[in-house]
Amino acid sequence: MRKTLGLAALAAVLAFGAASAQQVNVKIGVLSDMSSLYADIGGPGSVAAAKLAIADFTKDHPNVKVELISGDHQNKPDIGSQIANQWYDVDKVDMIIDVPNSGVALAVSQIASNKNKVFIVSGAAASDLTGPKCNANTVHWTYDTWMLANGTGNAMVKTGGDTWFFLTADYAFGHALERDTAAAVEKAGGKVLGKVRHPLNTNDFSSFLLQAQSSKAKVVGLANAGGDTINSIKQSAEFGIVKAGQKLAGLLVFASDVNALGLNTAQGLTLTETWYWDANDTNRAWTKRWHEAGGAASKYPTMIHAGVYAGILHYLKARLELGGDPEGKAAVAKMKSMPTDDPLFGKGAIDANGRKRHDAFLFEVKAPAESKHPGDFYKLKATIPAKDAFRDPKESGCPLVNS
Amino acid sequence: MFEIFGIPSQALFGQLLIGLINGSFYALLSLGLAVIFGMLNIINFSHGAQYMMGAFAAYLILQYFGLGYWPALIIAPIIVGITGIIIERLFLQWLYKLDHLYGLLLTFGLALIFEGVARNYFGSAGLPYTVPESLQGGQNLGFMFLPNYRAWVIAASLTVCIATWFVIERTRLGAYLRAATENPTLVRAFGINVSRMITLTYGFGVALAAFAGVMAAPIYNVSPQMGSELIIVVFAVVVIGGMGSILGAIVTGFGLGVIEGLTKVFFPEASNTVIFVIMAIVLLVRPAGLFGRRG
Repeated sequence: MRKTLGLAALAAVLAFGAASAQQVNVKIGVLSDMSSLYADIGGPGSVAAAKLAIADFTKDHPNVKVELISGDHQNKPDIGSQIANQWYDVDKVDMIIDVPNSGVALAVSQIASNKNKVFIVSGAAASDLTGPKCNANTVHWTYDTWMLANGTGNAMVKTGGDTWFFLTADYAFGHALERDTAAAVEKAGGKVLGKVRHPLNTNDFSSFLLQAQSSKAKVVGLANAGGDTINSIKQSAEFGIVKAGQKLAGLLVFASDVNALGLNTAQGLTLTETWYWDANDTNRAWTKRWHEAGGAASKYPTMIHAGVYAGILHYLKARLELGGDPEGKAAVAKMKSMPTDDPLFGKGAIDANGRKRHDAFLFEVKAPAESKHPGDFYKLKATIPAKDAFRDPKESGCPLVNS
Repeated sequence: MFEIFGIPSQALFGQLLIGLINGSFYALLSLGLAVIFGMLNIINFSHGAQYMMGAFAAYLILQYFGLGYWPALIIAPIIVGITGIIIERLFLQWLYKLDHLYGLLLTFGLALIFEGVARNYFGSAGLPYTVPESLQGGQNLGFMFLPNYRAWVIAASLTVCIATWFVIERTRLGAYLRAATENPTLVRAFGINVSRMITLTYGFGVALAAFAGVMAAPIYNVSPQMGSELIIVVFAVVVIGGMGSILGAIVTGFGLGVIEGLTKVFFPEASNTVIFVIMAIVLLVRPAGLFGRRG
């Protein structure tokens, strides 16, 4: 009897032990622009966010072991592709995350699909990633051009800005942003009076601003990013565009851009983001930890950093549920079947086309007098509920939705 | 009101003026390059980084010493000029006798280091800097709104360019300098300290870049990559004008600014390329540049 009991106990211990020790090994690669124009919106800050996500998850699930590596794609699709190939094939990376710059992201998405691995986009904007170029291995987390266009475009038309002139960066991202915004403006009853396409990394916008001025459009839409947006806003203040009655719509403006402009120049600008560091106590506490984890002390985390954090958490949850070493498609399918829930974006879901759906926020940049502490950039004008914030998957043109 | 090629004349005048303003930046920067190449035979690839350092110095002077735009316009070029003098003493002076390529590679490496350091400490997004209060606002010229600051940029740039040209081409000091470039041994024989003169010339060229940087800070994004975006265009300007020709650098600087400005109206997508198309044509027709002396 005693012997049987002992055996049973031993069996129980073994069974339990086996269950709890079922180790899940995960390798994650943060691929970003580490040293050039997008290094502040993604870059080393994304690595810090990834570290936080891994620390938070493995604290509660010690049987999940996560290894993290990072790389610099230098905004070149060929270099990004080369790193992605190397990571997936040689370094056995399961999931690549971030990848600002739509050109590089589209290339990496294709590679993830070919090799049946996982790719979570946080940094890139092109809505094509969940549109005609979608695949079953890619999840687009933080934001996209459709959401930016719809948020800012709609809001401007509703407040009387019904005629538009676009300053568009002359490459894939700018064209997508202009196309999506023009559609949103026209849908809301507005009209596009004209546009000018400027080369990427233009220093002087005064010539284009004069053209915008003589178009007499009520809104000048900036379908560009980074330094181009900063230069356009800085110089339109100088040329008195806003004082003369025209409004500026920054279609893609990050907290780091506002920081670079200074509130004096940026005040009054309307923009859409999905996450803001100073929105609530949870975000502020997270920002504090982000700074400790290696985010630059003089900077504030962007929505892209928040997206890296939340994307990794959700991916790890899916991996824990699945156990073992699943294929990329299976892992992404699991991610789509589970509702998302994280401290930064709250409850949400991932659509069939890979589009993560959450609330978006329409902000206005504060005047210097309204700003109470460093980094106090925005006041909330409206919350766009998740169901309206992102494109209906049926309209995305993604083959995954109809099949 | 009349139209030229379907563009209202008013808009065209506006664009011409804007072209001149942009041209004044090209002229200031290519002037520094031309001085350095003409006197030292060094292709100063770190010129863009030194322009960036000028803008950053203006920002730091404001942040840490509370001194605004006007003091910065004097102090920043002096500080950056001194770093130039140190670079000349430490590195460049050993390269004069070697092929141009060595100087180019050295200064290119230095530019990458300066940019990397700036990015490490200040990030890549940029730093805020506003137009000084005394130059805010603008004038309505009838055909366009001219911000006061842009008017100042044109005036300051023209003054500096003409003064530099005058000193080098028309004064005794300039004559010594030019003679020292032609035949340093002979000039030394007259008891003139040639190497000190060369060092100071490099410092001056670098200070010109920093001066342009301070001028740019209120209207362009102050970021580590601000110089590398501009330097290639400026090199094209120098090549078109004729390597080392001071007058060539000034005239082509303003001229290409105007041509680029007009391209932004008629075919904006090509506005980044037009200068290089002109460069290719000029090199085919006049390999020494428009104002260059055949060597």
